[in-house]
Amino acid sequence: MITSPSSSARSGPNPILLWMFSSIGKKTIVAATGILLVFFVFGHLLGNLTVFLGPDVLNAYAQKLHDLGPALWAIRVGLLGILVGHIYFTMLLWKENQRANPKKYIAADPIKTTVFSRTMRLSGLVVLAFVIFHLAHFTVRVVDPSYLVMRTQLNGHEVHNVYAMVVKGFSNAPVVAIYVIGLFLLTFHLSHGISSLFQTLGITNRRIRSNYELAGRAIAWLLFLGYVSIPISVLFFGLGKGFAQ
Amino acid sequence: MKFHLKVWRQKDANAPGTLENYEADNIPADASFLEMLDIVNAGLTGKNIEPIQFDSDCREGICGSCSLTINGVPHGPGRGTTCQVYMRKFKDGDTITIEPFRAEAFPVQRDLVVNRSAFDRVIQAGGYISERCGSAPDANSVPISKVIADEAMDAAACIGCGACAAACPNGSAMLFVSAKVTHLGLLPQGKPENGRRVLGMVRQMDEEGFGNCSNYYACEAVCPASVPAAFIGRMNREFTAASVKEIVGMNV
Amino acid sequence: MTPDAHIPAGPLDEKWTTYKNNAKLVSPANKRKFDIIIVGSGLAGASAASTLAEQGYNVKCFCYQDSPRRAHSIAAQGGINAAKNYQNDGDSAYRLFYDTIKGGDFRAREANVHRLAEVSNHIIDQCVAQGVPFAREYGGLLDNRSFGGAQVSRTFYARGQTGQQLLLGAYAGLSHQIAKGAVKMYPKTEMLDLVLIDGHAKGIVVRDLTTGEISSHAGDAVLLCSGGYGNVFYLSTNARGCNVTATFRAYKRGAFFANPCFTQIHPTCIPVSGDYQSKLTLMSESLRNDGRIWAPKRKEDCGKDPSQIPDDARDYFLERKYPSYGNLAPRDISSRSAKEVCDEGRGVGPGGLGVYLDFSDAIKRLGRKTIEERYGNLFEMYQNITGENAYERPMRIYPAVHYTMGGLWVDYNLMSNIPGLHVLGEANFSDHGANRLGASALMQGLADGYFVIPYTLGNYMTSQFGKKVDPKHPAFAKTIEETKARVQKLLDIKGNRTVDSFHRELGLIMWDYCGMARSEEGLNLAIDKIQKLRTEFWKNLKILGTPDGINMELERAGRVADFLEFGELMCRDALMRNESCGGHFRTEYQTPEGEALRNDDEYAFVAAWEYQGENQLPTLNKEPLVYEKVKLATRSYK
Repeated sequence: MITSPSSSARSGPNPILLWMFSSIGKKTIVAATGILLVFFVFGHLLGNLTVFLGPDVLNAYAQKLHDLGPALWAIRVGLLGILVGHIYFTMLLWKENQRANPKKYIAADPIKTTVFSRTMRLSGLVVLAFVIFHLAHFTVRVVDPSYLVMRTQLNGHEVHNVYAMVVKGFSNAPVVAIYVIGLFLLTFHLSHGISSLFQTLGITNRRIRSNYELAGRAIAWLLFLGYVSIPISVLFFGLGKGFAQ
Repeated sequence: MKFHLKVWRQKDANAPGTLENYEADNIPADASFLEMLDIVNAGLTGKNIEPIQFDSDCREGICGSCSLTINGVPHGPGRGTTCQVYMRKFKDGDTITIEPFRAEAFPVQRDLVVNRSAFDRVIQAGGYISERCGSAPDANSVPISKVIADEAMDAAACIGCGACAAACPNGSAMLFVSAKVTHLGLLPQGKPENGRRVLGMVRQMDEEGFGNCSNYYACEAVCPASVPAAFIGRMNREFTAASVKEIVGMNV
Repeated sequence: MTPDAHIPAGPLDEKWTTYKNNAKLVSPANKRKFDIIIVGSGLAGASAASTLAEQGYNVKCFCYQDSPRRAHSIAAQGGINAAKNYQNDGDSAYRLFYDTIKGGDFRAREANVHRLAEVSNHIIDQCVAQGVPFAREYGGLLDNRSFGGAQVSRTFYARGQTGQQLLLGAYAGLSHQIAKGAVKMYPKTEMLDLVLIDGHAKGIVVRDLTTGEISSHAGDAVLLCSGGYGNVFYLSTNARGCNVTATFRAYKRGAFFANPCFTQIHPTCIPVSGDYQSKLTLMSESLRNDGRIWAPKRKEDCGKDPSQIPDDARDYFLERKYPSYGNLAPRDISSRSAKEVCDEGRGVGPGGLGVYLDFSDAIKRLGRKTIEERYGNLFEMYQNITGENAYERPMRIYPAVHYTMGGLWVDYNLMSNIPGLHVLGEANFSDHGANRLGASALMQGLADGYFVIPYTLGNYMTSQFGKKVDPKHPAFAKTIEETKARVQKLLDIKGNRTVDSFHRELGLIMWDYCGMARSEEGLNLAIDKIQKLRTEFWKNLKILGTPDGINMELERAGRVADFLEFGELMCRDALMRNESCGGHFRTEYQTPEGEALRNDDEYAFVAAWEYQGENQLPTLNKEPLVYEKVKLATRSYK
């Protein structure tokens, strides 16, 4: 028997919470935080690419960031918040999705789903682990304590020698392998993630949707190439040879 | 033709189910999938085995009664409902696994019969235009551009079969809900209620226990009415806009 | 006895207005007190349920499908007629009325048909307001197409899915009322009997198809909107579940069954391919707008590839026989012509049961793109079912049972001879006479539900103040017991044959002897065969499982049991009617050119059959058809 739903139970709950915890609301939050993280990944890459302009440029860039002081911390806390939000709402969605489809088909067929979309959670978690490693490696510098004491002279000031750190770090083949794998998984994640953003935020229509998918993948792979060019150049093409201390 | 069937049998809503093996012999290639099951059922009755229970009605692909998943694909191979799948699409001697549509919001009632009343309740939560019979103005008084009418028709073509939710790894009904939101939302007659409609329907959808959209697009791939997943994007936009209005205290 | 149709006095075109001005009204406060039971949720049922609920009645609506949206109205493809005259091609309510009366071969009730034509325009307005996405022109105005039996373009359509869109509109209205609590919906619930109290219809007995529970529902009036009985032929364009049970049970409780032999055979269906087939698929009649129907002139050409048959060796038989209507001749005439061609041995395809529907000229004239736009989904469907590409090779079509014009007898109020029992849509007999024109079924279903019953129901309801029945009245318990016993009886037979095998056999008998051509000899033979088959059914049926819970064989068995009795009634009606009219073609009564020969002197009446008990012959009541406005004429489409 069909029963009538309570059609106007709208007066009670806070509309912000109603939105935030609705299925589309949660998705929107994941998409919005996703966009911000993509912007960060872009900016970060641009900064990193200064490595090809020589030690002074990279070190100067690093020092500039460092000199931001409290602003840098605000950015870091903000980024952390965005990341936590991205992960928290993803996990909420995941839990609900498990509940919404507990019995899988015995004769399973992936239908039209892509390997990228099916592995979003896995690729995301690997990327998270990679980010933690990366922070430990280059930001907190606990992976190789020698990084802590790398200093150099720049325009008469003593600054941290980020360039030397990068070169030393990427001269180590296993470390490069970790970076390539981590970045590859990030690419996986973004291959679905970027086009998915537009769908979730509704910036789409029937005709342009397939373009988003292609563009999303292209952007993801461009980011991959950009990032990976650094460790590969160091390890195989002798970028910065002699600068490692 | 000859097929080995593995069919989900389940006594009632609470019983655990299992796959049973049956042989389908002497099946004409021009028979539809459901006619193949009719033949198998006649054979089972002869052997005193209760026939496989499955819903079907119009058998011409429009009523949306079929709820069979064939080899993991709701409605089976090709675009269209199960009644429009013809056995010539299979190879002689194939093993075919038949399961009911799966989604938490579609509980199995027996064998391949599922309860899809959740969809009716989602429609009741706003999938209509509030008008009173007898009060309508002349049909040509509001011109609607052919482009808009055509797109509304694309959305209105949804047959409410539930294959979208059954194909979705998350058991999500977004394609179904977005089809109705788009159909009525595009038409001038439906616009006055757009905000209320999308909020009501999405909330009811959540309440029914359907999952969330992960933009897998499996729904679109199995939809017999070719409803495009871009309509989901459109619904997301409408929902966000209506939510913002509600949050800032505007009338929705 | 002559049933009284309660046709209002006055000139034909003022009857409905006069009626509305004088109809008894029920105040909103009183409407709340009445419970209306509606059986069926198709165009008639859903539109009636939502409209009566809007007005304030308490409605309970029942359907056997798992959702009201799946009623078989959903499958109607072509369109819905209305006398809007948007094309400025000379249409009017009178012309729609006249075309419908003429199309029905002058066997429909004039006043009802005129009312239908009058309200047709409101239906389009109502549907557009509901959001039905009818086809439009670039300027934004509604588009029309022409349909069989008409020389104007008055058919509104939504691609090839007009029935679906109209039903979804009515379903949306129904859902709105369910949400408001004004309608209580009972899907997967099948009506198995009618409950009479003091001769009035006051309730129904239903079986919950999920739990198997049999229960009764009391109401102040009962509306049957349960569709037609085309499935008596087993193979038809109807849905698997379509059945006669609701109306036949009412017949057995005393309601008159009118003109049961008037069935429509639709000319454009995909031919039968084998005996396993469970269903025939219709290709919308709209295809005849652009397709040309032909068969080879010589038998020897039938096996040839159609592209190898030159134009002068093709017989475009409809264009030849009916030059003014051509391929748009009415359905009964087109079907019979195809049958004649095949009987002459000029049929094509398996068993020689098919003729070509050719689009090559239209593709040349309009381009493939236009044809794709107009009929793309139909071409796809055809290819899916037959494996042939109709853009390159003409379609093969053959007639199939599609619609039943007969149904329970109703008066002008749509009330049967049982007080309180109203019958709407295909389930009643009233508007299509002996043949229905294309795009008129949707019109009638919605007219009855949206614009007729809301006005006419009051006439009965005002007589029922203070007469609320007690749901504990012994008639309910008694009818429940009878129903349970009947269900159990089916299970207890424990024979050897499946329900489908009986149904298929009955269908063949009906098709052979009570199909496109009927004769006294054949009908007598059919009655004999049906009686024997019925006896065997009750001795040799095999149903496994229990009555509790889902048991679809059991559901079907109950329906087939009714068809086995109903089929005989159809044959008796066909046997009684010693004339040919519309879809009823008696081989003894034809003109020298093979056209239907009507006998207006003796058979211008509605045959309303009255049940007299098990194994008793029903009695025939005649409602004379009095034509005030229309002059009876030989129907000519030449």
